[in-house]
Amino acid sequence: MALLEVTDLRTHFRTDDGIVRAVDGVSFEVEKGKTLGIVGESGSGKSVTCLTIMGLNAKRNTISSGQALFKGEDLLSMPPKRLRDIRGNDIAMIFQDPMTSLNPVHTIGRQLVEAIKLHRDTTSRQARARALELLKAVGIPRAERRMDDYPHQFSGGMRQRVMIAMALLNDPDLLIADEPTTALDVTTQAQILELMNRLQREFGSAIIIITHDLGVVAETADDVVVMYAARIVERAPVNNLFNRPHMPYTWGLLGSLPRLDVETERLTQIPGQPPSLLNPPRGCRFHPRCPYVMNICKEQEPELRPISDDPGHLQACHLDEQTKDREAAKLAAGSLAEAS
Amino acid sequence: MSTNASTNADRSYAGTGSELLAVEDLKKHFPVTRGILFQKQVASVKAVDGVSFTVRSGETLGVVGESGCGKSTMARCIMRLLDPTGGKVVFEGRDITRLSRADMRPIRREMMMIFQDPYASLNARKRVGFIVAEALEVHKMGTEAEIKRRVQELLDVVGLNPEHYNRFPHEFSGGQRQRIGVARALAVNPKLIVCDEPVSALDVSVQAQILNLLKDLQRDFGLTYIFIAHDLNVVRHISDRVMVMYLGKIAELAPRDELYREPRHPYTGALLSAVPIPNPELGRQRKPIVLQGDVPSPLNPPAACNFHPRCPRFQEGHCDVDPPPLYSFGTGHTAACHYPLESWPLTEEEMRRPSSRPQSRPSEEPAPTT
Repeated sequence: MALLEVTDLRTHFRTDDGIVRAVDGVSFEVEKGKTLGIVGESGSGKSVTCLTIMGLNAKRNTISSGQALFKGEDLLSMPPKRLRDIRGNDIAMIFQDPMTSLNPVHTIGRQLVEAIKLHRDTTSRQARARALELLKAVGIPRAERRMDDYPHQFSGGMRQRVMIAMALLNDPDLLIADEPTTALDVTTQAQILELMNRLQREFGSAIIIITHDLGVVAETADDVVVMYAARIVERAPVNNLFNRPHMPYTWGLLGSLPRLDVETERLTQIPGQPPSLLNPPRGCRFHPRCPYVMNICKEQEPELRPISDDPGHLQACHLDEQTKDREAAKLAAGSLAEAS
Repeated sequence: MSTNASTNADRSYAGTGSELLAVEDLKKHFPVTRGILFQKQVASVKAVDGVSFTVRSGETLGVVGESGCGKSTMARCIMRLLDPTGGKVVFEGRDITRLSRADMRPIRREMMMIFQDPYASLNARKRVGFIVAEALEVHKMGTEAEIKRRVQELLDVVGLNPEHYNRFPHEFSGGQRQRIGVARALAVNPKLIVCDEPVSALDVSVQAQILNLLKDLQRDFGLTYIFIAHDLNVVRHISDRVMVMYLGKIAELAPRDELYREPRHPYTGALLSAVPIPNPELGRQRKPIVLQGDVPSPLNPPAACNFHPRCPRFQEGHCDVDPPPLYSFGTGHTAACHYPLESWPLTEEEMRRPSSRPQSRPSEEPAPTT
């Protein structure tokens, strides 16, 4: 049994303009000790998926349905008290912005100790020792002294390390990292990614990493989920996804990326904008922007189904497989026809 | 494709484009004061500290560096949005560093800026038509009807519907707003456009749209760009030459392909090795050279070579005593390092062990590149 099994997750928000379907039927699993990458552009529902699993959406005006089984227990239907036990203990989360996710008026040490004492029956001294151990583990220099510093005395990269230390305090089985390196510079990003990889090896936690950076996903994830307009459009082990992407949106994402390892004179651009989730397009949600659109795409929404010779690789697209293999090969050669 | 390739070749360093902008020893120090009534200067933040380079007509100079390295301050000094503390900015052969507001006005028409945040850089209370037309009106370029026609033409050029003339910025998405920013910069037919992180706030698919648009406009209107970004992939894609900045100084300046193929400064090497590659097999073989610590405060930068506390090839008694000048490594390639990288890529081990002989003093002759 997988550590986390999400089935047909839906999160809808009631707004003045109507119902926003922010997550609309999402299913995936996370295995113990593995890393799942969720990629997609802003507004595709990556963050809301994870907030829903963690029960962190505001209760008012939110309608959630589906199942999220964590070690066999459904996170969505369990009593709030039980969820509070699990959150921060068995499942921990790292947020994008380390500037705003720490409390500015308490010292780092105090915030770490609070998180330990909430879940464990220890003395303050033991909790402090544990906090210190983790600050050292995440590479904060002179950790004894820095325990009593306030968040503003730390740099962005250091704050993100503190956030990671806080997430790891109680040896979580699952770590959800929502754009953990987006606000950081490349050299700091390299430090943080290396740290997360090392900690995963040492602590054996499973990680869900949410990002819009395909480079980060390629280097950290075992499995990848691509989201577009509140739905999963492709899901596969990382090598399969990058070597043989099977969905025009994924091609667009890969082609629109300027990169160091491929020479391109002109980037493939995906025309238009992501659709509104108040009123998503009929049929395939990508069809208005898709250069390969057919009549069936406008009428019938494609199901997420495995490709014929690779049952682990799921995709939602009506195109036939020969065409897709041909286009994926072209993309690999760096010459995908520009979308008209 | 082939035409693009040939124009790129024409713009290689030895190209003939005339010099549009020259920056000489540019400095911008922000005073740090203490005291309420009598403000006494106690220190200064050396945001830009002696930067010199030239930009030729029709080329794109990419500027990379981490937050706080002075990229944006430098851009604002060039635009005279900030007054430099020292040094010179020469635009089309004319020193504009000390020009008065009135004398500056006709020159402002020649250089425009595109800003990072498409949400904050457009006035939310003005209609798009007004935003794009404002510069035309300030510079009195045409009658009302002419200006309106010009604005609609501009909206069309940047890929927006000209009929959206009367809409407000909030009615547009992030990518569309950045197009408005581009239209505004183009309005007065500038020669130089300074783009300060124009795509950092955008999603990848939209980022590609804007990058392609900027390239097309450069081809069609012969624009010159200074393109500031922290994303090395983006900078490589758009630039002809690339300048790497660290703590207010130039670490390395080279033609694009040379910088990415043969970086000489250890900081450039560390930056390049830190970029994740969207290819699982290649990416996982990559061994990033992880720098220790953070960028030091520009309030109190390290002595001599300002990169020495984080540098893997730091040599005590040399790098922290003797500030490295910009050594030459062939045509148009300079780097400020006593112990430049011998080849690329290097393993972390090789990175730490520089060849024992330090770089010779710069001379008139370009230093041998071996």
